[in-house]
Amino acid sequence: MTALRRIISTDHRIIGIQYLLLALTSVAIGTTLSLVMRIHLVWPNWRLPLYGPILPEDYLALVTIHGTIMLFFVLTTAPQAGFSNLVLPAQIGARRMAFPAANAASFWLTAAALVVLSSSTFVPGGAPISGWTAYPPLSAVPSAGPGQGAGMDFWLASLALFAIASTISSINTLVTIIRLRCEGMTWERLPLTVWGWFTAALLSVIAFSVLLAAILLLFCDRHAGTSFFLPAGDLVNGVLHTVHGKGGGSPLLWLHLFWFFGHPEVYIAILPGLGVTSMLLANFSFRRVFAYRTMIVTTLMIGFLGILLWGHHMFVAGLNPFAASAFSISTMAIALPASAKVLSWLATTWRSRPSYKTPMLFSLGFVSLFIAGGLTGPILAQPILDEYLHNTFFVVAHFHLIMAMAAIFGLYAATYYWFPLMTGRLMSEVLGRWHFWLTLIGAYATFVPMHLAGLAGEPRHYAQLTGVPNAAGVMLARLVPLNRFITYSALFLATAQLLFLWNLARSLRRGSPASSNPWLATTLEWHPALNPFGQAAPDEPLAVHRSPCQYEITPSGELFLPQWAPDTLADTTGEVTFDTKPE
Amino acid sequence: MPAIITPNKTDQDRKRHLEDHDNGAGRRPPTDKRTGGGGDNDNWSGGPSRRGPHERLNRYRMGIFFALASDLMFFVAIVSTFFVNQSTGHIDAYNHYINDWFPTTIPPILWLNTAVLLISSATMEFARRTMFQENDVMDEWLGLGKPITRRAIPWLSATIALGLLFLAGQWTAWKQLALQGVFFKTSQSSHFFYLITGVHAFHLFLGIAGLIAAFVGLYVSRQLENRQILVDCAAWYWHTMGILWIFLFTLLVFFQ
Amino acid sequence: MPGLFAVTSLLSLLPADASAHGPALDRQLLLSLWIVLALFALAHIILLVGLVARRHSAQRSIWHVEYVPLLALAVLFAVLTIRAERLWAATRYTGASLTALQVEVTGVQFSWYFRYPGTDATFGRTQPQLVAPGEGNPLGIDPADPHSADDMISSQLVLPAGREVDLAIRSQDVIHGFSVPEMRLKQNAVPGETIHIHFTPTATGTYAILCTQVCGMGHYRMNANLRVVTPPDFDHWLAQREKAAQP
Repeated sequence: MTALRRIISTDHRIIGIQYLLLALTSVAIGTTLSLVMRIHLVWPNWRLPLYGPILPEDYLALVTIHGTIMLFFVLTTAPQAGFSNLVLPAQIGARRMAFPAANAASFWLTAAALVVLSSSTFVPGGAPISGWTAYPPLSAVPSAGPGQGAGMDFWLASLALFAIASTISSINTLVTIIRLRCEGMTWERLPLTVWGWFTAALLSVIAFSVLLAAILLLFCDRHAGTSFFLPAGDLVNGVLHTVHGKGGGSPLLWLHLFWFFGHPEVYIAILPGLGVTSMLLANFSFRRVFAYRTMIVTTLMIGFLGILLWGHHMFVAGLNPFAASAFSISTMAIALPASAKVLSWLATTWRSRPSYKTPMLFSLGFVSLFIAGGLTGPILAQPILDEYLHNTFFVVAHFHLIMAMAAIFGLYAATYYWFPLMTGRLMSEVLGRWHFWLTLIGAYATFVPMHLAGLAGEPRHYAQLTGVPNAAGVMLARLVPLNRFITYSALFLATAQLLFLWNLARSLRRGSPASSNPWLATTLEWHPALNPFGQAAPDEPLAVHRSPCQYEITPSGELFLPQWAPDTLADTTGEVTFDTKPE
Repeated sequence: MPAIITPNKTDQDRKRHLEDHDNGAGRRPPTDKRTGGGGDNDNWSGGPSRRGPHERLNRYRMGIFFALASDLMFFVAIVSTFFVNQSTGHIDAYNHYINDWFPTTIPPILWLNTAVLLISSATMEFARRTMFQENDVMDEWLGLGKPITRRAIPWLSATIALGLLFLAGQWTAWKQLALQGVFFKTSQSSHFFYLITGVHAFHLFLGIAGLIAAFVGLYVSRQLENRQILVDCAAWYWHTMGILWIFLFTLLVFFQ
Repeated sequence: MPGLFAVTSLLSLLPADASAHGPALDRQLLLSLWIVLALFALAHIILLVGLVARRHSAQRSIWHVEYVPLLALAVLFAVLTIRAERLWAATRYTGASLTALQVEVTGVQFSWYFRYPGTDATFGRTQPQLVAPGEGNPLGIDPADPHSADDMISSQLVLPAGREVDLAIRSQDVIHGFSVPEMRLKQNAVPGETIHIHFTPTATGTYAILCTQVCGMGHYRMNANLRVVTPPDFDHWLAQREKAAQP
């Protein structure tokens, strides 16, 4: 294959690697931006090298791009498109994804979206300052602030491209899962990881189009003289928007459209992680996943309920208070399937004396961080409490613990786990262990104090805590020591990730060779015939004979039964010990 | 007719289409006779077996289905914006509640366009069905001429022509409104008129591109199955755009 | 998720309660935080004990492990929700009483203006076309309206302690967030809408009003002072300001 053919490939494994590399680049950029933000908050006079002092609009631009890059280009690409392209076909026994050309197209569209987003920094006015949520009229009127001109247009274009790419990729995932399963791979035998990808893809198909529609409407408001989101008599920077006539648009409409997309979006980010955690915990505990069918149902329930919750971002935004109560109840309701998953994880590892390999450590870390971040959800779900905590650092702590830490731990677990499948080598356990512990400590050290800052009332998106006039200045200045601690922890946390990069780079060349199934996994991707480093010919008939995670001593003395091992006579006549009551 | 029937050339191009008719069992018959090898024990999905002559077609149909579902959400968002803006007034300085929704009159040519689009759906359906007539499918698969393709081409061309006619009619409607001084940014309702008809026209434009691709594919593609898939998927997209237009048109005519 | 701090530390973190509905909100917040802290600790204890204990594979009923704990959690969350909804309903479902003090709050990039209706208890008409901050008319009050004559604008919000106040929150340009942490108040100011919230300040003092919805580069310094004074002091202040506003 020529070099060009290798780059613009329709092979799902190459596309998966491309997505993961894109996500890795994005997370590096996003993390750097967040460190600049944190340093500026605590040392406002610090000059960014090669740039100069960080002005308030620069800070807001950092916030905007940080949020956009992390949520879209890291947490929507890597867990969903990245790992599913690598592993999904093998996990269900398919040769490839359903639409390989569309798969490649969606990656290149995503890459283009990233380029466009990054370019927004270099256009006149700079990057937008309206946050990843882009509320109008701030985002609808180019003169409302620096960066809201060309920068905002680039941001909108980037997200539009991303939405299209993501939709195409999700359609591919859905059709692959529904139609390309091999013989014997029934819905109930699908690994929970696949169920996670499936539900996330369903949510993507529904949600991203609404974002695209909202972006189109906002674009029209900005350039075509319409007033979908601009109210009558809006006076921005001395310019009265009477060009829209007396017609009244509604800024709240954007909030509804955006959050109708925005809330499923965060579930898209976490669902694959929920699935992979269940599977990895079971694998390393040599147990079945406790309550497998319930786990499937809860995955679907989280997906379904996730569409009904968007109003909880709008409790104090001008939403009808009765609607706020309704959204509050549905938000509390989603705590139940999430708790069911936590209970299953706890039960799966209970008295199992698991093998503490690095993927297991990160899965356990996922459980811990998911509990920590998830439990503040029911607090924020109560409108009366949200009245105090909305847009404070309490909210920042909540979503960072779940998305920035738990979801990332899921990605790390997946990387350490599937690295041998992709490269035939193992990543270093020693480095992995150091990475895990330092990251876990750094995560808690950075984000738990943020809850305290939020309880004290520190708002989000504030470019400075010092030099602020009035009583507010006194209040904010008191929070600087706490913020200093958070910044030190964040620097520590970010530095610890260098261990991962070092481990990754080193193990590619000098990692110890792995056997074809080093983790004693039962899922189909570890079948020797599907392993790119395995020896068997690729034309063997593939069939699945049982659910995954059947870790029981068989009469013939096997420690476990992978999904692909055929039924033998001995298995059906002997007694088998079950870890859980059959469902 | 020669007594020897030469197999279709496409069967020899095995190397490039490894996954055709191969669910992972190496083109052998399914080992599990109960399930038909489709992976569904006891056939719980209840439908026709996934193996069989329409396996790839169903895969592409499902892809189109999900794409259309996603597209539908796009229109749902725009239509809900329509209803919200229609009922959103404001309180002016004199404490009066004002709702400035002035409906935009529909240019009558839109009725003609609707009829054209419905007829084009009919011709599209004729084209689609000729692609699947069994006797002729057999002949074409064996390489005995291309009766399917020959019969489908006029219907497909008619659909493309009618589609272009529809787009021309929409363009005329916009021109007529412009002559009356009603532009995109004239009023709230005109925002929606142009936006809804414009977005739908853009989708139809993509549909025509798909139809042209199917048309070209009828000549260029060497596998009957590919030709069937191209026409079939274009047809489902086209029908959906037609039904969507009926809904949007009803919205503009009766709900402004 | 609060760390392992004592209750007193948590209490000292929360700014002082200065409104009538504040203590109930704080109680609900602390109750929720304690429950969350307890659940966090419980889950981690179970996790760690389970990891440390010797391997033992017993048959476990899905009822004991999943459904009963879920039922308990559902009851717990339901109790929290009902309490929360009642507090929310008390502050938001109904409007202010008819005798509440009326003040209009307007957010502009990047300051807050507070308008008092004057002796006629009616706000004068505003038109965006008349906005002229340089000429002393930042809200665009229409001089033709007779009710405008006694309107008084202040850049501080001054309120009497113990009297319910009805805030009409507006915005001229973009979405702002009107927030008074010590009053446990927050409401976005949405242009094109007037959103009412009501509360009763109880303790005198000077409190911070912050903007909590990103509104541009001056977002971090878009704040004002709320001064709660005794009723006689308030009447005195109001009378002084109104006299000064009318030459």
